[in-house]
Amino acid sequence: MSAKHEPTAQQIKEEKLYLQLGMTEEEYERACSMIGRLPNYTETGLFSAMWSEHCSYKSSKPILRKFPTEGTRVLQGPGEGAGIVDIGDNQAVVFKLESHNSPSAIEPFIGAATGAGGIIRDVFSMGARPVALVNSMRFGDLTDARDRYLFEEAVAGIASYGNIIGIPTIAGEVQFDNSYSKRPLVNAMAVGLLNHEDIQKGVASGAGNTVMYVGAKTGRDGINGATMSSAEVKVEEKAELPVMQAGDPYLEKLLMEACLELVKSDALIGIQDMGAAGLTSSSAEMASKAGYGVEMNLDLVPQREEGMTPYEMMLSESQERMLVVVKQGREQEIIDLFTKYGLEAVAIGKVTDDKMLRLFHKGEVVTEVSADALAEDAPVYHKKSEEPAYFKEYQKMEDDEPSVESLKETLIALLQRPTIASKEWVYNQFDTQARTNTVVAPGSSSGVIRVRGTNKGLAMTADCNSRYIYLDPEMGGKIAVAEAARNLVCSGAEPIAATDCLNFGSPDKPEVFWQIEKSADGISEACRTLNAPIIGGNVSMSNEVNGVPVYPTPTIGMVGIVHNLVDVTTTVFKQAGDQIYLIGETATEFGGSELQQMLDGTISGKAPAIDLEVEARRQQELLSAIQGGLVQSATDLSEGGLAIALCEKAFGAEGLGADVKVTGSAVSALFSETQSRFLVTVKAENTKAFEKEVASAVTIGVVTDTGKIVIKDEAGDSLIDGTVEEFQSAWKGAIPCLLNCEG
Amino acid sequence: MKFAVLTFPGSSCDLDMFHAINDIVKADVECLWHTEVDLSLFDAVLIPTGAAYGDYLRPGALAKSSSVISQLQEFAASGKPVLGVGNGFQILVEAGLLPGAFLMNTSLKFRSGQAKLSVQNAETIFTSEYETGQEITLPFAHAYGNYYVDAETLAQLKDNKRIVFTYVDGNEDGSTDAIAGVLNEQGNVLGMMPLPERAVEAIIGGTDGLPLFQSILKNGSEQHVSQA
Amino acid sequence: MTKVNVYVTLRESVVDPQGIAAKEALQTLGFNEVQNVRIGKLIELELDGSAAAIEGRVTEMCEKLLINQVIEDYRFEIGEVAGQ
Repeated sequence: MSAKHEPTAQQIKEEKLYLQLGMTEEEYERACSMIGRLPNYTETGLFSAMWSEHCSYKSSKPILRKFPTEGTRVLQGPGEGAGIVDIGDNQAVVFKLESHNSPSAIEPFIGAATGAGGIIRDVFSMGARPVALVNSMRFGDLTDARDRYLFEEAVAGIASYGNIIGIPTIAGEVQFDNSYSKRPLVNAMAVGLLNHEDIQKGVASGAGNTVMYVGAKTGRDGINGATMSSAEVKVEEKAELPVMQAGDPYLEKLLMEACLELVKSDALIGIQDMGAAGLTSSSAEMASKAGYGVEMNLDLVPQREEGMTPYEMMLSESQERMLVVVKQGREQEIIDLFTKYGLEAVAIGKVTDDKMLRLFHKGEVVTEVSADALAEDAPVYHKKSEEPAYFKEYQKMEDDEPSVESLKETLIALLQRPTIASKEWVYNQFDTQARTNTVVAPGSSSGVIRVRGTNKGLAMTADCNSRYIYLDPEMGGKIAVAEAARNLVCSGAEPIAATDCLNFGSPDKPEVFWQIEKSADGISEACRTLNAPIIGGNVSMSNEVNGVPVYPTPTIGMVGIVHNLVDVTTTVFKQAGDQIYLIGETATEFGGSELQQMLDGTISGKAPAIDLEVEARRQQELLSAIQGGLVQSATDLSEGGLAIALCEKAFGAEGLGADVKVTGSAVSALFSETQSRFLVTVKAENTKAFEKEVASAVTIGVVTDTGKIVIKDEAGDSLIDGTVEEFQSAWKGAIPCLLNCEG
Repeated sequence: MKFAVLTFPGSSCDLDMFHAINDIVKADVECLWHTEVDLSLFDAVLIPTGAAYGDYLRPGALAKSSSVISQLQEFAASGKPVLGVGNGFQILVEAGLLPGAFLMNTSLKFRSGQAKLSVQNAETIFTSEYETGQEITLPFAHAYGNYYVDAETLAQLKDNKRIVFTYVDGNEDGSTDAIAGVLNEQGNVLGMMPLPERAVEAIIGGTDGLPLFQSILKNGSEQHVSQA
Repeated sequence: MTKVNVYVTLRESVVDPQGIAAKEALQTLGFNEVQNVRIGKLIELELDGSAAAIEGRVTEMCEKLLINQVIEDYRFEIGEVAGQ
């Protein structure tokens, strides 16, 4: 039952070769007892891939169960390629956020590009046309040449895939911290639209139906990618580099068009992307989900290289491939459809009713294992969790206010921090307007597209402040969700659902597992309070460099519905004379703040506090004021606090400035990162109505036509006085300067 | 007047062009898959942007292998209007319908944004609804937006007023003489890197592209009437 | 089977932004002897047919599709007949 040069089942057991494939002794024993004999090399490979964290979520399952996944709008929760949420008019939005961290750490251009390609396939495999992309990335702070390279190449890669396939990138976030040095995080989110009747699932049902392979040929690329993505980066060793899976966005464009035509056909039973663990995961999962089995003849698999073994074919992660199940006898229609797009569609097997995954190669049965065993019966681990010592220490610390010499210099320095600085350098590389539906392009609180043929819009964002999560994972988890929702509300949208990408270090470290657990608790509670169920997501573990985990980064992607496009609101000032309101009180909260990191070179103390009830109320009040037509511009206060938000409102508003008065201690008033705050402007004639709508709004000043930002204290003494131009040029020039000025 | 939008594999922005004509300009328009085309049924051809054939080899180059190209050459020779935007411009150049070639942007990066343009010649069938010297703003999105012609060709283009649009303040991608759009000798084939179909509605970023399509429609309809 | 390598370079008069960037990067890395960098591409063709006809056919392929004569120059080498 095995190819000649491969180790025998007996050797695998005796020499413990399964260890090299990433399986533990217990897992191997479990697999043996499930199939009642020793697995051969191919079968061992299948178990190892399907039981990897990437495919089985074996360590994170207990965590993922915490998330609220249901809601009145939810049509499809976690478990399929992507989640689906109803948006009315028989339409639904499909979306998911996914990581491609390990490949991006090795070859950032290809890694980031194929990350975008994979998530786009997840969305169109559900039957939805992808309409927008969002991304969330983390890099070291750009002082290191390797980190600059990773940043430049990952941005170019993710841009290239979206640009060529013709899907606009309309929102995103990039943050920089040396915690991510040499271990970047590259998370991509795709958002699609479909009509309810076109919803597809990855199922292989109906014995006798035909299993077809469509798209690119299979090569030896990315073999063991699923196991690799659960491994950390070792910088010191010149590790043997696996063959990277290169992406072909052109082929994917053709595949996408063909698949979207296919979903209209009643011959189609089920469709699934060949993502991680390629042919293995798609076939085993489709069979297992449907309660059937699948039989495939591997000789028929389109191959790009000669002499591929069953092991290599089953575990290849060649890109741009899908597995589809069609009604028996309808194969030719499918072949014709794909031929029109210059693509191959090949019948490689059939659905059986014995629930087995059975593979033939050169006339022999090379694999015969239960599909459920592969897809469903991976062990579930309840990892050890332990509160790290640092947490207790930080919780004991007082909320001190940092002292700074010059407020204005501090503001300029903050504007130049890459996390705060303009991301124009990044998003100018994205085609933000393809498909001509983009109402708000990157640079505002969230991106907004219109839903053609309706008066509705979709707003989308991705957010995560990992410094807060490091200091206090539960509080930080709540903040990540709240911030995403805030960004949608500021754009005039009602948040409807969320997706998560849990980027962490190794779950085998009890302190890391504690971070995962606690942040999931915070995320769950916030999603419940803010009415944004989690409809799907992804887990990326072992993001470590030389054993040191990156900051815990459970990124939240969120989509909101703009009920009427006139509600769309952006960050920037609209006209002189408008009143500037601050919503929410300001406390002295600098734990994990950008100012603290800048002054101390590290973070400490408590994360900012958040009261979710207060958050929810303010968001509702602000949204209803926006929907009432009372708000000219809106933004939330995040990294860098009030002073940064005020600047961002002035940037791009030609000729406008602000005259503002703040109360209390100046450093806190200007730079504290207290949560649940917003800065909005309101036309003079609407102030009464606005104040009635938003209880905690306090007027702090007025939009001027001086092109200056002037901030004074209660006594009328100047705290900050400068031209918008000087602040803006610091903010705009920072990232290009970091990339070009450093040797 | 009936418009054809020519779709090659990878021409991902064909629908953008379709919607601009159908929904906003409100003219007859159809998207045509490149192998299923009879251009004689149409009065104007629009080649959209995107990445035909993945931009492989050189942007626009592989479209030359399509059977529609000879039809397109005949169509252009008949004097009917042909507009190529972005990747469509690159296809027209590679197909020999317009002079020049494209190099990578000088930044070596894909760039997108809003370009300020000057209308250099408003006496064409594509620009009669603008005024010469008028400044307009159109979106752009390209990696190979660096249009190149040699000195001799440039002189010809200038002499015959075939430079229709130029970039104002900033020619960041490095185009020869800041050229953003050029006409063929007959005056019925226009190629431009900025994307007028993305600027036909205020809600998606302006309406400065609208007069271009209205010009084609107006001049096409008038010609139709005079021929009738 | 005959193997043909087609070397494509930018014409002398055409500025090569990629080459300039690579030159500057090499100099930054201390390779100060680098005076100029021009970046081109290599196209590998595997062809059936008689060796005699190859030269004309490849020239035609280059001029019809593979190169753009406005900006590019080319030359090619016809390699050994590779054994099956």
